[in-house]
Amino acid sequence: MCLGIPAKIVCIDQDKQGEIDYLGTKVRTSFMLLDNPRVGDWVIVHAGFAISRLDEKEAQETLALLREIIEAEG
Amino acid sequence: MTGHRPASSKPPEKISLEVGSGGLLMRRLIDGQILPTFDNPYLHGLPDASHLPGGLAFTTDGFVVDPIFFPGGDIGTLAVNGTVNDLVVSGARPEFLSLALILEEGLPLGDLKKVLASIRSAARKAGVLIVTGDTKVVRRGQADKLYITTAGVGRVIGRPDIRKVRPGDKVILTGPLGEHSLAVMLARGEFGLAARVRSDCAPLNFLLPLWTRGVLWMRDVTRGGLATILSELAERLPWSVRIDEHTIPVSREVRGATELLGIDPLFLACEGRAVFVAPSKKAPAILELVRRHPQGRKAAVIGEVSRSAGGPGELILSTVAGGLRLLEPLTSEILPRIC
Amino acid sequence: MKQLRERKVIQGLLEAIRRRTSPLGRGTVRIMEVCGTHTMTIHRYGLKDLLAQAGVEMISGPGCPVCITPGAVHEAAIGLVTGREGLILATFGDMTRVPTRRGSLQTVIPAPGSMVKIVYSPQESLDLAAHHPDKEVVFFGAGFETTIPSIASALKQAGEAKRKNYSVLTALWLIPPPLKAILESGEVKVTGFLYPGHVSAIIGLEPYAFIPRDYGLPGAVAGFEPGDILLGIVNILGQLEKGRPEVGLEYSRVVAAAGNPLARRLMDEVLEIKDAVWRGLGLIPQSGLKPREHYAAWDAEVKFKLRIESEAGELPGCRCGEVLRGLISPPECRMYGKKCTPESPLGPCMVSFEGTCLVYHKYSQRQETGRTRAGTARKGSAS
Repeated sequence: MCLGIPAKIVCIDQDKQGEIDYLGTKVRTSFMLLDNPRVGDWVIVHAGFAISRLDEKEAQETLALLREIIEAEG
Repeated sequence: MTGHRPASSKPPEKISLEVGSGGLLMRRLIDGQILPTFDNPYLHGLPDASHLPGGLAFTTDGFVVDPIFFPGGDIGTLAVNGTVNDLVVSGARPEFLSLALILEEGLPLGDLKKVLASIRSAARKAGVLIVTGDTKVVRRGQADKLYITTAGVGRVIGRPDIRKVRPGDKVILTGPLGEHSLAVMLARGEFGLAARVRSDCAPLNFLLPLWTRGVLWMRDVTRGGLATILSELAERLPWSVRIDEHTIPVSREVRGATELLGIDPLFLACEGRAVFVAPSKKAPAILELVRRHPQGRKAAVIGEVSRSAGGPGELILSTVAGGLRLLEPLTSEILPRIC
Repeated sequence: MKQLRERKVIQGLLEAIRRRTSPLGRGTVRIMEVCGTHTMTIHRYGLKDLLAQAGVEMISGPGCPVCITPGAVHEAAIGLVTGREGLILATFGDMTRVPTRRGSLQTVIPAPGSMVKIVYSPQESLDLAAHHPDKEVVFFGAGFETTIPSIASALKQAGEAKRKNYSVLTALWLIPPPLKAILESGEVKVTGFLYPGHVSAIIGLEPYAFIPRDYGLPGAVAGFEPGDILLGIVNILGQLEKGRPEVGLEYSRVVAAAGNPLARRLMDEVLEIKDAVWRGLGLIPQSGLKPREHYAAWDAEVKFKLRIESEAGELPGCRCGEVLRGLISPPECRMYGKKCTPESPLGPCMVSFEGTCLVYHKYSQRQETGRTRAGTARKGSAS
């Protein structure tokens, strides 16, 4: 499934295994597909693996674009 | 459960696990094999509890939940509340329960004692007496630790009357969805998931006053979940039932865990939540009454019977995005042995 | 990012789409989405109808890995768990309900000491093998590039641990090749593409570049909130307006243009490209992956000497292939909602969580369900 959830890393060990927290639920996750994952990072998790990071700046830009388009509709 | 679909395919040769999920496949089995064998007027409509002559109501239920202990309860609490609630939602005050135990050889006595203590405590809370019972032991491997069957007898104080339902009448849910199912799933320890969720397993006696305040229809939200239960309501009406996604109470933890697992809370079983229909004029007062009780604090109007949302017999969900979609009853199991 | 789900925002975006489609003067804009989760979101939020009213028709493409795995592969999995004792067949939930000529994994009776176990991650299947050294564990894994790295990781770990009781029956598919096949066939009229969000997080944007370059079609990688999908469509309409097709990126908060190089390196280390037969689309060269020679001991197909005839195994009457190619929508199949329903599916599109037919049925707009409800027929007797 493409189903990927944005979640926060709460712990990692030296083998890049750890846990994420999503709305209060903690899940065992592997971070081996990420470069330098750190506790507190927001990531996308799919089938027990974090496949990508969530970029805060890009998120803000998407929201700004969204606002622009909506405002143009009045 | 009238208004059923006719069986459109040949029945399978052997019973598969899916049939036990409480959805359409189970109804096919009941309609196809069980009902015709015992045809009598009491079974028509397959009520949660049958109303017998003399003002009595009678029901039964079997419990095979796995694991037998989970946060918020155990198989004992379930065995009492499941049967108590079937009586309450059919319009009867629960009074007496029978208790039949099937024990697997090797079950630790400590576990049995814990379950018995839970049964005693749950029975006290629900105001019922255990008045008869039976105990059997089977060889190791021929049962999974412990199975329980309870039957319940109650006194009829009101009757559902679906013929009085009209467009505009409100659908009310007494509390957040999915907590029992999730607690049991997490207790199985399978998915590397941890969350602070406790089963909502509880008696629904606090809803009994509604039967003299005009409530028209009530069901507890068990196997198959809210969508399945409300589909069964919708099927019996010449209008549609519309529920509004943003009004349906779901806790943060349940929302998170179900999104992670790709499961829809609308199909998850609860064991202490009811959904009912209140006439539009009486709905505010009834809601107020429910909310006064600690178990009903989060009760909410989640929708209404609607002429316009959909066609006759349809259950329609108005989504948070503003679109409408058809909700259908559960067909195959999400989780085996949830109750 | 909850604005991406808000009613007002969605209404605003639909308005913006409506405003951009009318001046195009080209009739309905037809956009193909090739990700099962996009199909699911579009239907779950009732967007299909809303978009149609705004001038955009969404067509579902081959976005469901369970659906495009040939019946013969499912039958091979069934053969393992019914024919071998002491074997645990671990797989994702929807794989267990796919009907084949031999039944489904859910309904067959396993051999003594064998069982089917539903897992949510390939890692769990590896843990099963570690906890049950007396059993043979086979993970039946189907997926696109989103899931493939995690399956590759399980294979790599099994190799490193020299785990003798573990193997993977793979059904691994690449997204770009079928898009080419569909465009080459010219069967479907498509104005643009909505590219999958999480597959693209792995492969980046470059693999889609041939679509604007060689076929002149616009497209955008979109996320999974309703707002993401609508923003992706706005992006596509912008490309159409300017006459400058490209691979647009709406889901920039998750997808980097270069994708995830670490994930791709892992995939390359463990897996190699092969020609593959897709259900409904037939043989597509260089469109699948299989374990490399070095990992042959953990490749279930090699370990158990399975002979899988992928062309065979389709159920008669099932038009899943045409649905996957975007040729027909589910209600156009005569079986849909009548003989083929979620509780008695005739094909994988009606079984998989992301299967187009199941999504349609679960989330259908009332006019399209194509089946009568007993209540409707009897005008809902209130008995």
